[in-house]
Amino acid sequence: MTLFYGTELPTRLMLGTSQYPSPAILADAFRRSKASVATVSVRREAAGEAAGEGFWRLVRELDVQVLPNTAGCHSADEAITTARMARELFETDWIKLEVIGHADTLQPDPFELVTAARQLSQDGFKVFPYTTEDIVLADRLLDAGCEVLMPWGAPIGTGLGIINRYGLESLRAQYPDVPMVIDAGLGLPSQAADVMEMGYDAVLLNTAVAKAGDPAAMAEAFGMAVTAGQMARIADPMEPRDMAAPSTPLIGKAFLE
Amino acid sequence: MKIIVNGDSVAVQAVSLDQLLVELGYGDARVATAVNGAFVARDSRADCTLSEGDRLEVVTPRQGG
Repeated sequence: MTLFYGTELPTRLMLGTSQYPSPAILADAFRRSKASVATVSVRREAAGEAAGEGFWRLVRELDVQVLPNTAGCHSADEAITTARMARELFETDWIKLEVIGHADTLQPDPFELVTAARQLSQDGFKVFPYTTEDIVLADRLLDAGCEVLMPWGAPIGTGLGIINRYGLESLRAQYPDVPMVIDAGLGLPSQAADVMEMGYDAVLLNTAVAKAGDPAAMAEAFGMAVTAGQMARIADPMEPRDMAAPSTPLIGKAFLE
Repeated sequence: MKIIVNGDSVAVQAVSLDQLLVELGYGDARVATAVNGAFVARDSRADCTLSEGDRLEVVTPRQGG
């Protein structure tokens, strides 16, 4: 049984709440996908705007674990302050730690990420770091107090799927007992099933669902794919082989020549 | 005095953060605050004194990925 900071999740799909055509479609996507975690953020609000209050009501009605993020932060200090504000607003010590280091790829800044992860872990946060497949960085994050890792599949919002299979397989093999979530870059349910078959413990995505023509249907497809991949992994797949082997027995076949 | 609220310069009367939020019209809205880049918890707002040119961030829950 995989626990995420002591919590067993009913399903292994984590879904973002951004970019949906409407709040109703967002809610439908969560209902149909059976996602068990919703990522959220904090943003500036003008007095009297009340948009945050409305969104907070919607999130509570989803009845899922909330995972606030530090999206858009570029330094450890900025991410730490954002995480503290998110903890107060969302009443959870779970934090998806994003510290962006490169504008074009949205690749995490590994140095600031580790600094922020260490401070937040010491502050009692349950840190879910958005990271890469880098094994040395993973080691530093675990040393900083992280008990979960969230390597990217591909840069955020690209929908490219897994762009470094070797790296992700190596990371999974290096830390077989650390819960790991593929976060970002997936575009299709088949890719979600693929990473679950590789042994990853969960999938986090947003754009692939929110920007689909029918977001709720795509969300359901991702939910099914994650479950299918998880079941396949547990079912212990056969070893591939180069030579063909008949699946139908030859014994008893009629001689017709 | 003038302070920076969410990036905009604003002339205000209140000195403490809790009174300032009321003056700005946030009332009892669900917001979190940071002054000059440092988080100020809800319970600490009354003890947080603002000065000319301070930078206040006021944020609320929002969609995220």
